[in-house]
Formats: sequence, structure tokens, C-alpha cells
Amino acid sequence: MSTFWHWYIIIITVATLAATIWFLLWTSRVRIPSTKDEHGNETTGHVWDEDLRELNNPLPRWWLGLFWITVAFSIVYLVLYPGLGRYQGLLGWSQEAQYEQEMEIARASFEERFGVYDTLALTELASDPQAIEMGRNLYAHNCSTCHGSDARGATGYPNLVDEHWIWGGNPGQIEQSVVQGRRAAMPPFGDALGEQGITRTAVYVQQLAGLEVDATMAAAGRQHYRQVCVACHGPEGKGNPVLGAPDLTAGIYTYGGDPETLRVTIRNGRNGVMPAQQGLIGETRARLAAAYILSLQPGYGRESNEQ
Amino acid sequence: MNQSQTYNDRVVRQFAIMTVVWGIVGMLVGVLIAAQLIWPDLTHGIAWLSYGRLRPLHTNAVIFAFGGSALFATSYYVVQRTCQTRLFSDALAAFTFWGWQVVIVGAAISLPLGKTMGKEYAELEWPLALLVAAVWVVYAVVFFGTIMRRKIKHIYVANWFYGAYILTIAVLHIVNNLSMPAGLWKSYPVYSGAVDAMVQWWYGHNAVGFFLTAGFLGMMYYFVPRQANRPIYSYRLSIVHFWSLIAIYMWAGPHHLHYTSLPDWAQTLGMVFSIILLAPSWGGMINGVMTLSGAWYKLRTDPILRFMIVALSFYGMSTFEGPMMSIKTVNSLSHYTDWTIGHVHAGALGWVAMISIGSLYTLFPRLWGVDKMYSIKAIEWHFWTSTIGTVLYITAMWAAGLMQGLMWRTFNDDGTLTYTFIEVLKRTEPYYMLRLLGGVIFLSGMFFMAWNVYKTWQSAAGRSKAIAIPQPA
Repeated sequence: MSTFWHWYIIIITVATLAATIWFLLWTSRVRIPSTKDEHGNETTGHVWDEDLRELNNPLPRWWLGLFWITVAFSIVYLVLYPGLGRYQGLLGWSQEAQYEQEMEIARASFEERFGVYDTLALTELASDPQAIEMGRNLYAHNCSTCHGSDARGATGYPNLVDEHWIWGGNPGQIEQSVVQGRRAAMPPFGDALGEQGITRTAVYVQQLAGLEVDATMAAAGRQHYRQVCVACHGPEGKGNPVLGAPDLTAGIYTYGGDPETLRVTIRNGRNGVMPAQQGLIGETRARLAAAYILSLQPGYGRESNEQ
Repeated sequence: MNQSQTYNDRVVRQFAIMTVVWGIVGMLVGVLIAAQLIWPDLTHGIAWLSYGRLRPLHTNAVIFAFGGSALFATSYYVVQRTCQTRLFSDALAAFTFWGWQVVIVGAAISLPLGKTMGKEYAELEWPLALLVAAVWVVYAVVFFGTIMRRKIKHIYVANWFYGAYILTIAVLHIVNNLSMPAGLWKSYPVYSGAVDAMVQWWYGHNAVGFFLTAGFLGMMYYFVPRQANRPIYSYRLSIVHFWSLIAIYMWAGPHHLHYTSLPDWAQTLGMVFSIILLAPSWGGMINGVMTLSGAWYKLRTDPILRFMIVALSFYGMSTFEGPMMSIKTVNSLSHYTDWTIGHVHAGALGWVAMISIGSLYTLFPRLWGVDKMYSIKAIEWHFWTSTIGTVLYITAMWAAGLMQGLMWRTFNDDGTLTYTFIEVLKRTEPYYMLRLLGGVIFLSGMFFMAWNVYKTWQSAAGRSKAIAIPQPA
């Protein structure tokens, strides 16, 4: 803040407060000429609209007292806290410092709690009730927006509690998905296949999932599949977790398995992104969230508890 | 009789009737969006009926269409009566009426279409904002021109408040709307970042201070003594609270931006001046309430006076609540919760709407040359629906807001928040139900009013007769 604005703020603030104080003192003393009306009330003598008049009662003392208290409070506050230009106030308070201070306390206490988990493997975390409880909280605030509070996913966001995994479901793969994120890249094939080719390919994809479809269409689609899709989704359509290419035989779809959605997927491609949690909530918290997801899988005792 | 020897009540009647019409429209939209918060798919995903587009329509309709029409009607009435002269110009007054209606209809079309500046309470895009500015400047000419021609030397206190409101709103509106058009329905503000936020809330809070407070205090200062048939309690108090109110309100805007990128010093100044604002605000309440001293018995029989006294009570309550909420510690709990919505409606329903309704019930019979409204019973009903509706609304929002604020700041031992957003939302739902009920009850009262106004008009024989200006004493 430049010296000009520093003094500008101080002068108009102090002037306004001084003017208020002067005004209160002056109006408490100044005499307003008044006359007695026919009922013996003291009025100012002004009359409007035939019969509107004003009395001349003094200011209520409690009200004036309240006014003085608020002015006094403000002066004290402006001495203690930053308000007058660059003046920082006797307490040296700032909102940034308050934030840093509170975060420092939080960090210290949380690091103590979280620190013990840094050295544990994900499978160990997934069997530790306290770690899972923290993971559940972290999941609720950071993951549930997309994957749902029950982790069953939504359109565009995979279900995390079924046995189907796009990027693999073993502990290492889950940890990598959460901590480092994932970036899928299915290219658009609209130009390469043409509308007819897209439809035929979609029909074949349905056949892969075991649906009754038009055999001629599916056979034609299979030709396209063998040219462009096979590289990632494999000759049998079983997918490839390394590339994040889903299993097409399972009948489980991230974006939807109806003919129109399949056509959109083939035509425009898909670029699903799972943001890396490492940079967002830190590695320790990200691993705890991953451990919670792992704990939802068969064999971690959670579903046996629920039974 | 020469026209200049009569009052121009035509424009007053027009604005008064439109106050009732826009009141119903604005509150109906309010009820709809309150229902959308419970049933999000209520309007089947139709874009121009979505919450985000109707919410500014609701606020603009109740503040500027309903409240604005009430202020135009009463200020034109009061300035003529207390100056004992006809309006400065009938043609210019007519322009303000029709201009204002065009603005309102323009808002009712452009806001649902999604044409917005995105600034709260200043959403209208530049063509409409320009028309508002033009109407407002003409309004100032009519009002102050009439004051200049007054036949009574001393300017009545109501006119100080109306005058301050008209002048300040012109400045606020023009400064906050300075923007660069980029097409017919798109513009960009000349300010950016924290400066834009500060200008917006300097405008926003003074819209509360000068439109919703000073303007309606002007109304109160004429219609309370008129209905109670008692003199104003204290001339001295009116001087002190008027000058301190208008001087200090200007500073309060930054309390809308606590704990943001606004610099600390600005936040502090916004807070301390908000606290000093308590006494000046209460001055108006004291002057209104004490005007009734010696006439308290009238409250038993006169529902119009009851409207006014309850309005003053809500005014006192929300102007106490405001300074408290401006304290940083309180604000860190209340901000972004429904408590704010409750606070606003304590002022908007309890004060602004109820003082307007009371004043209009005083005004209509006088405009049409009859003794009283067609049905006092209907006013009685309107009074109770308004009071119960307001109380339900604000208690629901207080409870919801406190609960939200507390739930949002509850942490687990591991540093995570105890409640997710959706958990808080689910817990809020019953309060949204209660709020909707309050809103429906309040709105229902407006239909009693519309019926009563129509019946009064119908039964008034000399309803369009010009009223002669009495000779000043």
C-alpha cells in the first residue's frame, strides 16, 4: 500500500469517527426552538399536510449510551487490529497468520496420527480398523462426489465394489490409481469407421458381452474390431488393465452399454481422468483412502462383518 | 379547478396497484424456488425455470418491482402532501412509471433467458441497467423539483430519507454498473478481482441501507404518525439518526467479504462501522414505536397500525442481528449458511413488506376518496398470515443456518470433516419444508390484499377525483 493510500484511509476513517463524536456531543447540547401545543406537548411548531407535527423529546439516554459504547468499541478495535492503512494493530493479527497458525496446529496433530501409517503396506492398512475409519472419512470428502457415497460409481465413474477393474484390482494397482491418478485415452474412430462402421462395431461389442444381435452386422463389426480395437481391448475383448482398456465381455460399462452410447464412445473416444490424489491430499491420506477402497473388496472381512 | 391546485395522484395510484401485483409475482417466484430446493426436478429441467435463473428474478421482483413500486408510490404521495404542492412534472412522473414497468418486464424476460451480469442484486444487463439509470435520474428531478416548489418552509423528515435514498441509489447503481458492452446482452465490468467484489458489496450493502432501509424509513415517518394520528416522537432523534445512518452505512459493505482476498484493513473497517450502525438504525425504530405512545390502545382495533408496529419490531431485530453477524467471529459461523437468508427475510418480509403493506392500507382509501378499506377483517387476516409466515420462515432459516455452520466446522480427530456436504443437506431438508410453508402463508396474505384493494376500488364512487391542495396554515 502506497503512502498516499495509507494516509488516505487513516484520514477518512479518523475524520468519520471524529465527526460522529462531535455530532453526538453537539446534538446533545444544541437547543431546538419549540412551542407548547394545545395539549401541552412541546413541538417544533412545524405542521405538514394539515396536521402532521413533531414532538421535541430528548434523545433516549440508553440509546445515546449504546451509541457511545459502539464508538468506543470501534476505537479500541482499530487500535488492536489492522484497519488504519498499513498499521498492523497492537495484536499483529492478520487472516493469513491466523490461517497458518491453525494449520500448523492441525498439521502437528495429524502428522502424529498419520505418521504411523506411512510404513505400513496397503494390505495391512486395509485390515486396520482405525486406518479404514480414516480412509472412509477421506473417501467421503474426496472421492464420493464422483464414485458415490456407497462407492458404486455413476455414469462416467467406475463402480469400486464390484469385481471388475479397468486399471486392475490388486492392492498395488488400486494404490497407483488413487495416489498417482489415471488418464484413459480411447481415441475417436468416427472418421476412420464412418457411421455405418461405428454401428457395426457397436453391434459386435454387444455380441462380445453375450447379447443376441444381428449376426451379419456383428460379423462386419468384427472386421472393424480386428483392425482398430484389438490393440487395446485384445482379440477376445478381455481388455488390458495396463492401458486402462475395459473388459468388453463383462457387460459392465463406465459410460453406458446402450447402442447409442456405444456409438458415441466409438465415434468420439473417451478420455476419463482420475485425478492424482497425491498432490491434492498428500500421499499418506491418499493411501488411507486407497486402503478403504481395498477394504471394500472380498476377503477383507468387511462384507463378512456385514453378513 | 386548475390542475395545479390539485395533487397528482394518478401516478401514485398506478405505482400503488403495481406494488400489489409485483408483490404477488415476486413472492410466487420465491415460493417456487423454495420448493425447488426441496424438489430439484420440480420444473423438469427446463433451463429458463431453473433455480439459478429464477433466484435473481425473485430478488429483483421483490426488491425493485414490489419494494420499488411501493417507494415510488409513497414518495410521490408523501412529497406532495408534506410540501403541499403538485409534483414537479406530470409527464416526467409518468415516464418514471412506464420506464420502471419496462425495466421490470425486461427483467422478467431477460433473467429467465440467462442474460445476467452475475452481480447479486445488479444482474440486469447493460440495456436495462441504462434504462434504470435514466428512470432514476428523472425520478430525482421529479422528487427534488417538487421539494423546490414546496409551500412549507421546513422539509418533513420523511423527505430527508426519501431524498437520501434517491440520490444514493443513483450513485450506487451507476458506479457498480460501469461496464463494457460486448454485444446486446453481454457486458464486462470495468473492475476486476477483489476490487470488483468490493465495489459489488459496497453497492449491495448500500442497496440494503438506502433502498431497503432509508427509503422505507421515509415511508414509516409519514404513514405511522398518519395512521396513529400522533406527532412524531422526537425531531432531535430524527436528526441524529438520519445523519449518522447515512454517513455510516456507506462503510459497512466489506462485512460481506470477511475472510476473503479483500485486505484485512478493509474487512476491519467494514466490521467496526457495521457495529456503530446499530444505534443509528435503532433511532428510526424508537422514533416510530414511541410515536405510538398515548395511542397504544389503537393497536387493539387497528390491524394497519399493527402491521406497522410489527414491521418496526422486525426492523429493530434485523438491524441488531446485522451488526452481530458482521463481527468476524460470528460471521465465520453464519456466512454461507441459511442464517444469512433468514436475516435477509427478517428484513425483507418483516420490515420492508410489512411496512409497505401497512402504508398501502393507509394510502388506498385516501387515493380513492373513501374512509377506509373495504374489509378490515381481510386486513386482519393479512396481518396474521404475514406475521406467522415471517416467523416460520426466519426461525426455520436460523435453525438451519446454525446447524449448517456447526456441522461444517466439526472435525474428526483425523482432521477430516465429520459431515459431508450431502449429510448437511439432508439434515436441512425439514427446515426447507418449514421455510416453504412460511413463504406460502405469507404469499396467501397478498391475495387477501389484492381482493380487498379491488373491492375498495370498486366501491369508491369518486375514485378518480382529483384532490385539492389545502392552503398551508
